[in-house]
Amino acid sequence: MRAAVITYPGSNCDRDLAVAFEQAGFEVARVWHKDSDLPEGLDVVGLPGGFSFGDYLRCGAIAARSPITRAVIAHAERGGYVLGICNGFQVLTETGLLPGALMRNAGLKFVCKPVDLTVATADSAFTSGYEAGQAITIPVAHHDGNYQIDDEGLAKLKGEDRIAFRYAQNPNGARDDIAGVLSENRRVLGLMPHPERAADAAHGGTDGAAMFRSLAGIMATA
Amino acid sequence: MKATVHVMLKQGVLDPQGEAVRHALGALGFDGVDSVRQGKVIELELAATDKAKAEAEVKEMCEKLLANTVIESYRVEIA
Repeated sequence: MRAAVITYPGSNCDRDLAVAFEQAGFEVARVWHKDSDLPEGLDVVGLPGGFSFGDYLRCGAIAARSPITRAVIAHAERGGYVLGICNGFQVLTETGLLPGALMRNAGLKFVCKPVDLTVATADSAFTSGYEAGQAITIPVAHHDGNYQIDDEGLAKLKGEDRIAFRYAQNPNGARDDIAGVLSENRRVLGLMPHPERAADAAHGGTDGAAMFRSLAGIMATA
Repeated sequence: MKATVHVMLKQGVLDPQGEAVRHALGALGFDGVDSVRQGKVIELELAATDKAKAEAEVKEMCEKLLANTVIESYRVEIA
């Protein structure tokens, strides 16, 4: 099982994400944003949290147009798995691989704390290790996590069971309490909370580990 | 040739920053500010000499990078 974690200038959760993949049994390649190709035979690409390109213009906007991201889009279009966390989620919405946009938190404050989430669907490689409706606790750390989507887009997400996680207490004004969404083929997940920061007992919680374990389980049997 | 791009949040998209500015203005005693919307102005110096061509190119820049058309609208001025 092979994973790649992309590092953009300003990414700061790339190492943690690589460790979480490794602990679940993945062989992890670290890939720099100026590379234009991903390693061969990849199962999943992780886009980490941080402040790529200093959040200039819009969060994730410049990273979404960088050379390696073109390769990530091609990987997704071939049916490859992509996991975007926090800034990685912002990058995925900027590429158009996921619908909607992440705007400034409604309270205008940077929110950095563990939050309670509800697993909204167990029907994906990322969430099959959870039960639908399960309550989990995972940290958030963001200034721009206010997920917005138009009525039509929201109806589509709901109709296709593509909302992956919801906040129990909405920390940022996100529409319909949405914390994470899946692509149409359910192989691209973007979420604001940081499962890689709740993947080891030393983190103070391990509710995020099931995401990496369930991905590894799907890859191992594929 | 100079292009000026105005990027604003679309109507109906909540602008928390504009709302905070409106509150701050109220706190300073500026009553009667019904709403504040905050956007961006981007200035570009272009080598192009053909106005129509420059405008078309800047619009393409807006679609591809300068604006996120999911939530933002843009307006291009060429001078």
